[in-house]
Amino acid sequence: MWTYNKVLQYPVRIKCANPRLAKFIISQYGGPDGELAASLRYLSQRFGMPDQKSKAILNDIGTEELAHLEMVGSIVHQLTDGVSVEELEKAGLGAYYTDHGVDVYPQSAGGVPFTAAYIACKGDPVANLQEDLAAEQKARATYEKLIDLCADDPDVIDPLRFLRQREVVHFQRFGEALNSVQEKLAEKKYYMGLNVNNNM
Amino acid sequence: MDNMCYDEKSRSEMLDEIRQTDFYINELALYLDTHPNDMRAICLHNESCNKYRRITDQYQMMYGPLTINFPCNKWRWIEEPWPWEKGGSF
Repeated sequence: MWTYNKVLQYPVRIKCANPRLAKFIISQYGGPDGELAASLRYLSQRFGMPDQKSKAILNDIGTEELAHLEMVGSIVHQLTDGVSVEELEKAGLGAYYTDHGVDVYPQSAGGVPFTAAYIACKGDPVANLQEDLAAEQKARATYEKLIDLCADDPDVIDPLRFLRQREVVHFQRFGEALNSVQEKLAEKKYYMGLNVNNNM
Repeated sequence: MDNMCYDEKSRSEMLDEIRQTDFYINELALYLDTHPNDMRAICLHNESCNKYRRITDQYQMMYGPLTINFPCNKWRWIEEPWPWEKGGSF
C-alpha cells in the first residue's frame, strides 16, 4: 500500500502559462514512454521477480515513478491553468479542449489515449528487466527532446532536467538488478525427488 | 544548519530541506536495494531518516500535515494548498 505525501518530489513553480509546451509534455504523463507506463510496468512486473534485489528495485522505482507522474501532471496543469479558449486553440489544443477541457488526461503528444499496450509483462524476468532498461533510455531521450522544445522557459526546463536525470539513475539500478537475476538463474540447480513422475 | 532553530527558517526553506532529505533517503534506498551490504550507505540512510523525522515533525506542527498519518486537533489536511497548484510547491 501507499501513503500520499503532500509535497512534490521536486518543486514545479511555473510562472508563465504556455499551452504549446503542455501539448508536448503531456506525453510523459500518458504517452508510450511516460511516467504512468513506467510505474505500471514496474509495479506489475515485480510480482514475478525471482530474487530479493529485483523485487525491491521494481517496487521502489515503480513508486518513485508515481511521484514523477504527479510532477509531470503538475507541469501540464500549471502550463494550461487559466488559459483562454482562444489561446488553447492557437496552441493546437482545440481538439483536446473539446474532450477534456483543461483536465490532465493521460495521452501521448499525438493525442493517443493511454493504453496498457505500452507495457510488457512477459513472464520472464530477464526479458522484463531488459524492457525496463530500454524504457528508461526511451524516457531519457523523450525528456531531452522536451528540453529542446522548451528552451524558452527555465521554469519548465528545471523539473524536466531533474526527471531526465532520474531515468539515468534508474537505468543503472535496473542493470544491477539484471546482473543479480542472471546470477540467481545461473546457480546450480539441485533436483529432488526425480522419481515422482516415473510412476505415471 | 541541522541544529538551526526552525523559527528562523521560512516555510519554503523548511519544505526545501524536507524535499532534499526525502530525495537523499530515496536515492540511498535504491542504491541499497542492489548493494544491501554497503555499511556506509546504511549509516547515511539511518542519519537521514532521523533527520527526516525531526524536520517533518517540526514542519507539520507549524504548517499542517504532510500525510494523513499526522494527528491534528482540526482537519488541516484540506486547508493548505495542494502541491500541484501554482504556489502550492512553496
